[in-house]
Amino acid sequence: MHLREIVRSRELLYFLVWRDVKIRNKQTLLGVAWAVLQPLATMLVFTVFFGNLAKISTDDEAVPYAVFSYIALLPWTFFAAALTNAGNSLVTNTDLLTKVYFPRAILPASTVLAGLVDLAIASVLLLPLLAFYGITPDATILVLPLAVGLLVLLALGLGMFLAALNVAYRDVKYALPFAVQLLLFVTPVIYPTTIIPEKFRYLMALNPLGGIIETCRAAVLPGRAIDWGQFGVAAAVTAVVFAAGALYFHSTERRFADIV
Amino acid sequence: MARHSIVCEGLSKQYRIGADRGEMMLREALVRAITRPFRKPSEDELIWALRDVSLEVGEDEVVGVVGRNGAGKTTLLKLLSRITYPTSGSVQVEGRVASLVEVGTGFHNELSGRENVFLNGSIMGLKRREIAAHFDALVEFSGVGRFIDTPIKRYSTGMRLRLGFAVAAHLFPDVLLVDEVLAVGDAEFQQKCLDTLHDVGQSGRTVLFVSHNLEAVESLCPRTIWIDRGRLRMDGPSREVIASYMEETTTGHAASVDLTEDAHRTGGREARFTRIEFLDAEGRPKDVVQSGDALTLRLHYHAERQVRQPYFGLILSTEFGALVAHPNSWTAGLEVGSLGPGDGSIDLVIDRLPLMPGAFPITLWMNRHSDSQPIDHLDHCAVLTVKPPERDLIGRILERRTGAVYLDSHWEIPA
Repeated sequence: MHLREIVRSRELLYFLVWRDVKIRNKQTLLGVAWAVLQPLATMLVFTVFFGNLAKISTDDEAVPYAVFSYIALLPWTFFAAALTNAGNSLVTNTDLLTKVYFPRAILPASTVLAGLVDLAIASVLLLPLLAFYGITPDATILVLPLAVGLLVLLALGLGMFLAALNVAYRDVKYALPFAVQLLLFVTPVIYPTTIIPEKFRYLMALNPLGGIIETCRAAVLPGRAIDWGQFGVAAAVTAVVFAAGALYFHSTERRFADIV
Repeated sequence: MARHSIVCEGLSKQYRIGADRGEMMLREALVRAITRPFRKPSEDELIWALRDVSLEVGEDEVVGVVGRNGAGKTTLLKLLSRITYPTSGSVQVEGRVASLVEVGTGFHNELSGRENVFLNGSIMGLKRREIAAHFDALVEFSGVGRFIDTPIKRYSTGMRLRLGFAVAAHLFPDVLLVDEVLAVGDAEFQQKCLDTLHDVGQSGRTVLFVSHNLEAVESLCPRTIWIDRGRLRMDGPSREVIASYMEETTTGHAASVDLTEDAHRTGGREARFTRIEFLDAEGRPKDVVQSGDALTLRLHYHAERQVRQPYFGLILSTEFGALVAHPNSWTAGLEVGSLGPGDGSIDLVIDRLPLMPGAFPITLWMNRHSDSQPIDHLDHCAVLTVKPPERDLIGRILERRTGAVYLDSHWEIPA
């Protein structure tokens, strides 16, 4: 019943995504380039410090650190932005919440989808990067959409949970940037999962983002086997997170306008 | 009557006020859960914004909603539009609902007028092709014209309002809920709103119209409900409901109003008004003022030092802000002479009060002779409440809605 209403409001979803994308490109000098600049600059810094100086392994001699980290930074940048924006989506749209009725889930969903636009733009840079290092993806790249789908679901589930929690407790607003920062270090973005000792891997598997990012790497880079076990666990955890987030959101959304 | 488009039964909404409201830090919630796990919020922290309201509105009805500020009018609209949910009771609304709590909801400054029309339209529940189909008419209606592609941060307040209302006017919902849109904008804008609402009402749709503008409510809505402290106080033909509502809200007239404590005063302060008295022809205090009465308004003042030849004035307006009269001693040709130092008073004598029943806010001023600058100026410092005359010729009751002026006139058939 609820889902049907969201489907019926898909045009509003579209307009809100469009608004987010549009506004970001207004009165900015670089406009769309910002979507690329952020992961690109991070990749350059990571490559110098973690790749060249700290000499963190990429699991595969043939894969340069720049490519290794950029593939991970694309989903990471998306996830970090989506989580932050979705988490704040309700409290920054207080006027909409208290003055108009529409399915509330549209607000976090629109911020996540707007982030997807950035992800698409930033991904384009991957092509010259791969070409520069002479890397040609093989058929496993077909798994990529699956990983991205999971990534969106995870961001949406967690985003809805945080957005709903933020309405009642503004702690979320302050904790989010900090939590995202920590998350970067417990997720295999800078390093591969393999540097974690075997006996602690199961702990890592609980972070579905790690499984998703490793799957992205394996999908794009040739000769890197997809760890279906890791991916399966990530998918299962994501499903649980999404269900819990949606459920919490649904059970609290009637109160949003009263307490926001 | 056709079928009902709004049916409410025992509708109640409770709000928590005080410390529990608004942003609560997680820490507080945890501390509370640990220290007082079984404590329920005490009664005084909860208020009923709406209590046990049952209401049925037919498909083609236009219904006014009146009540004091905070009576629960907006809460009712929010419940009907599903922005918020009832604490108890049920609410059913058939068809597409558009709620106009504010025009231009979701407008974004960086976007152009055109972009905002589409965004705002979709927020209000319109489909893209519906907006596109009405776009030209809508721009025409708004009068924004060639600025339609300009970011609305460059718009004036009036332009924003007009554009927002233009979208709202082209919503064509089955049920339209309007909350005080008339409180903003200039007279022309307000008239446009009223005309549009009138058209919507004529087209057989359901309209709920919340307003403090009783004249507008009465002219637009055949039926009115009165909400008083969360409860449905009265529901019936607009003239009856509004008459009762006015009866209650315009009581409490005092024959004498102390002005020394009035904080909203401006001026040079060499003299100030201290009291206004309402007196009858014999100079006795007058508690009840009726249309056609003889009335003397005695203005008491205190001068700190000698003030040479000041002018006195009194502004009488309707409760909706329209100027009714502005008698002053300068145009009357009265030389007041020098005041004080000390106390004194001046009378404004009205032989036959030409005002219809209603409430008329009074503004007082005293200006310097030399530079016409205010010595003392008191905005809306008292209210003249006029009751229907008792000795109304054949017992027909005069009502406020029949105008502001009690015209000194009579009818006759020419010989």
